Amino acid sequence: MTRRFALVVALVVLAGFTLAGFAQAAPPKDPIGVVTIKKGQPIHIAYWMVVAGPDASLGTDTKRGVEIAIQDKGGKLLGHPIKLSGQDEGCNAEGGQAAATKIASDPTVVAAIGSNCSSAARPGAPILWKAGIPTVSPSNTAPYLTDPKRGPEYDGYLRTAHNDKVQGAVAAQFAIKKLGVKTAATIHDGSVYAEQLQAVFAEEFKKLGGTITSQEAVAPTDTDMRPVLTKIATQKPQFIYYPIFIAAAGHITRQVKEVAGLEKTYLMSADGSFSPDFYKAAGEAAVGMFHSSPDFSAFAAGYKGFLEKHQKKYGEKPIAPFHAHGYDAALMVFHAIEKAAVKEGDTLYIPRKALRDALYATQGLKGLTGTLTCDSYGDCADPRIAVYQQTPENIKKLVNPESPFWKPY
Amino acid sequence: MARLTRRKLTPTDIVMWTIGAILIALILWGSIATLARGAYSLDHWIDFTIFGLAQGSIYALIAMGYTMVYGVLRMINFAHSEVFMSGPYTAYYVAAYFYRSGLLEAHPVLSMTMVFLVSMAVSTLIAYLLEMIAYRPLRSAPRLVPLITAIGASFFLQYVFRGLYGSGFQAYPVIRALEGPMYIGPVRILKFQLLVIFAAALLMIALYQFTQRTRLGRALRSVSEDKEAAALMGVDVDRMISMTFMIGGAAAGAAGVLYAIMFKQVHFFMGFIPGLKAFTAAVLGGIGNIPGAMLGGIFLGLVESIGPSLFLDGLGITAPYQLKDAIAFTMLVLVLIFRPTGILGERLAVKKA
Repeated sequence: MTRRFALVVALVVLAGFTLAGFAQAAPPKDPIGVVTIKKGQPIHIAYWMVVAGPDASLGTDTKRGVEIAIQDKGGKLLGHPIKLSGQDEGCNAEGGQAAATKIASDPTVVAAIGSNCSSAARPGAPILWKAGIPTVSPSNTAPYLTDPKRGPEYDGYLRTAHNDKVQGAVAAQFAIKKLGVKTAATIHDGSVYAEQLQAVFAEEFKKLGGTITSQEAVAPTDTDMRPVLTKIATQKPQFIYYPIFIAAAGHITRQVKEVAGLEKTYLMSADGSFSPDFYKAAGEAAVGMFHSSPDFSAFAAGYKGFLEKHQKKYGEKPIAPFHAHGYDAALMVFHAIEKAAVKEGDTLYIPRKALRDALYATQGLKGLTGTLTCDSYGDCADPRIAVYQQTPENIKKLVNPESPFWKPY
Repeated sequence: MARLTRRKLTPTDIVMWTIGAILIALILWGSIATLARGAYSLDHWIDFTIFGLAQGSIYALIAMGYTMVYGVLRMINFAHSEVFMSGPYTAYYVAAYFYRSGLLEAHPVLSMTMVFLVSMAVSTLIAYLLEMIAYRPLRSAPRLVPLITAIGASFFLQYVFRGLYGSGFQAYPVIRALEGPMYIGPVRILKFQLLVIFAAALLMIALYQFTQRTRLGRALRSVSEDKEAAALMGVDVDRMISMTFMIGGAAAGAAGVLYAIMFKQVHFFMGFIPGLKAFTAAVLGGIGNIPGAMLGGIFLGLVESIGPSLFLDGLGITAPYQLKDAIAFTMLVLVLIFRPTGILGERLAVKKA
């Protein structure tokens, strides 16, 4: 027995342990955590969207996009079935917080898709990311969410929807260049979405040489808009921009013509109310008004096939503008899971941090809305925003207008 | 209570009075500044007043239900906002049917009368059932119990109607005869606003006369004064309480159609905010007091409509209409500081309070 022999034995034993360790396949290490999916267990993806209440059409629409994406995958990813569960985010901060908390408490959730409303994403996304769940939103458009100053708690947040820096600017360019108006008033409802969108609009409008007569606000639950419209009418703007949601936008649209001095004012809203539900709420008063929305005619070739599948599966045309973004969000998530997941035998390991990084690394992904490439703050859209005008026919039939009225490109 | 001897001033009083004085000073300052700037013409102020009157008379009609139930049972019927929603939401289907069949265009008066009757009948029925099922079994329970029940009943009704009619909006058909403005002298008023103000005023006068002049009304008032004594005098207390709920329900049903004519949208959650406002109006006017509820409702409607422009514009606050509700509730605080029983509130007898 020499010291050398002892050393050799020790080395052999050590090597044996190491090999044994490799043979047992330790799950991949990840600073946040790893989701283990055993054979036959599903990959759990959660959506948090507004699927009930007055804005339900927005969420139902994006949810259907996700469902069709799953269907296109054959319901399976890397040999595991895809499970989709959901929470209603209510289109407000409280709802977003509740929905995110519920999803975060479920350790099987790999990734989330949502929210619909920026107000819900603001408190919700940090809650999900705290639990290591990245989320891809199909319809949040508020600039704040992907702003460089947003803070590390939003590190797990991405979106396939356009940033409203684009949408607000398009609306302002349309007003000045196409309609030739000089004065405009804006109305927001205190939501993150509307507040920021009208701010971008106002800034661009002023930059292009227009005058903002007033920037008003209402509450989303308000019904009597005549006083605030009368206040706006004192300065006789030629254009009113109210990028708010269906209920309040419907009331404004109906009441604006009843206010002396605003009978001939141009009206414009944004994608938050670009929906058949809004035509129901506003009725014939909506004829002639404008909406900015993603340009469906600029979507990729696959969009036609999507519409056919949609018609077959749900028996109707899409009911809001963000179904294709929902599809693309799901596509991004699947793609990132395929990249980040580690397969050991029959077991699938999904490291959470690696998944988030894979999502952020999305580049040149061909989606329905265009080619998705994420920047370092999670803006992944290929934004093409157009302006639509409501005609008597489409209001009567309760469908969105088919082709854009004006395009900036 | 020694009514004539002066109460000693407590520190709470001083704090409250100071808050009140500051609020009044702010309001006055804001108003003077706004008027001095002269951004609004007389026409605008008249418009604001008319909007406020129309909105206020709807609040007043709903507030009637709160105040009458409180007068009789000393409880706040928080499910009243759902009584308000149930009528016009159901009547929507009648109105939509008339619209499709062309009857609404051909005979607007007849068909709108039908819509009103359906709405009032449904709201009355819901109010009656509410009292029978949710409140009557709890009449001798502590006061907190019916209050919680009321909130539960409110949610229950909301979601029953959501289940029945769906969660989306329904747009009330537009009645051509009521569209567009008309002129009374130099004053421009929208036709349906005139209808809303008139109909609400008519209903309120009828209701007031009913409680003051008829035998049934006298029985109602006697129950609200003293249930035991009324029972001893041969008044059927249970029946009177049912009656109170039903009258409140009918008023809410009528208010609901007026609301639908004015805003042209119904959905299952529509009762919540108007209900809250009407409750505020009832407290503002002095809860338990019928003319008080009318006054409170109209006052609240006017403040909401005129307040943001008049008080806040002059203070340089941007987007003042976002603070409409804040103004309404500040008014409530102000009134309660200086008149804890509300504008027309009666001094509650020790027994009642």
